[in-house]
Amino acid sequence: MNRVELVTKPIDHLTEGLDEFVPANERHLLVVLPHPDDESFAAGGTMARCADANVPVTFLCGTYGDMGRRMGSPFFATRESMRDVRVSELREACRVLGATPRWLGLRDRTVEFEDPHDVAARIRDHLDELSPSTVITFFPGHAVHPDHDALGHATHLAVRTWAGGRPNLLAVAVGDRADIRAKLGPPHVYCDVRSVVERKLGALAAHRSQTEMMFQRWERGDEDDEQTRTFREEMLVLERYYRLPLD
Amino acid sequence: MGPIDPQTVQVELERRVGRDLFMHLETTTGSYTLLGPEKRPPVIAFVRNAPIHPERGSITGPGPYRVGLKLPGGWVYAEGLTDFEVSVRDELLLAGHDAEGNLTIALQLSTQPFRE
Ligand SMILES: [Zn+2]
Repeated sequence: MNRVELVTKPIDHLTEGLDEFVPANERHLLVVLPHPDDESFAAGGTMARCADANVPVTFLCGTYGDMGRRMGSPFFATRESMRDVRVSELREACRVLGATPRWLGLRDRTVEFEDPHDVAARIRDHLDELSPSTVITFFPGHAVHPDHDALGHATHLAVRTWAGGRPNLLAVAVGDRADIRAKLGPPHVYCDVRSVVERKLGALAAHRSQTEMMFQRWERGDEDDEQTRTFREEMLVLERYYRLPLD
Repeated sequence: MGPIDPQTVQVELERRVGRDLFMHLETTTGSYTLLGPEKRPPVIAFVRNAPIHPERGSITGPGPYRVGLKLPGGWVYAEGLTDFEVSVRDELLLAGHDAEGNLTIALQLSTQPFRE
C-alpha cells in the first residue's frame, strides 16, 4: 500500500452531494459504539480531527469486547484475559486519537437482550453530563453485528428523548457498500480524515488483538477481494455518516 | 495459553471431578461470516457460569482434542480443543484456535464463578 498516494488522492468523487463535517463548529463529540475498536474503524479520523480542533471527544464504549474471537495473531489473549487486554488497548487507542474512554459495562453480545429503554436511560445520563453537539453511533438495523444494531437503536432512542438539546445524530452503516446504498441511499455527511490518517492507523494498531491479522494481510497484500480493498482505501481518506431523524 | 498436553489436562480434569464447578462453554464462527466470501450466517453459542458437578471427565483424541464430562443427569461435550492454560485463579481454560489464531471453541471450568 502506498500511503502517501492515498493521502494526496482527491476525494471529490466520494463526497459529491454530501455535507462536510466541520470540527471547528463542534462543542463536544460523543461516540457511542459497543466494542473497543468500533470507534477507530468507524470514526477514528473524525475523533482525531475534533481533538485537533480542541473539541473534547468522549467514546462511550458499550461493552468490554470480552466475547471477541480474535485473540491476536499469533493469539496471546484468552477468553478470561480478553476484557483486560481490550480495556488497555482501548485506552491506548483513545490516547492516540485524543479521546476520553468511558464504559457502559454491558456484556459483549448481549446488548440486544437488555431493555433498550434502560440502556437509553444510561446513555442519557452521559448526554446530560457532556451535552454533546454531535453524537455518532451505528445505524440501527444496518450495522451487521447485533450489538451494533442494538446500541445504535438505544442511542437513537436516548437522543430522541433527551430534554437537554438537539445534537446532530450521525450513524455509521456497516456491510456491503452496494447493499447499503440500495437500502439507505447515499450517506449525508462526510469527514475528510486524510490529515489524521497516521493516527487513525495508530489507533487501529493499538487494538492489537483485533487488528494484527488485518495489518499482516495488508502488508502481504493478499486481501481476499475487491470489496475489502475498497473498504480499506476509503477508510483511510474519509468517514461517512447518515443523519438519523430525531422526530 | 499453549498447546494441549493431554496428560496434564487429564490430571487437571480429575482434580476438578466430584466438585461443584462453574462452566463456560462456547463455540463461535464470529459475527462477520455473512460478509465473507461464502456468505454463511454466524453460528454462535455460549453458556457462562453454568453450575455443574461432573462425576467423570476425560480428554481424548490425537489433537485437536475432545473433552467429555459425565454429569449426574447429562453430559458436556467439546471437540476441536487445541490449547490450554491453568489461570492464576486456578481456572482450567481449554480452547480451540483456527490456523489464524481465532477462537473456535472454549471449555472452561472453575470452582469460582467466572467474572460476571
Ligand atoms: Zn463492533
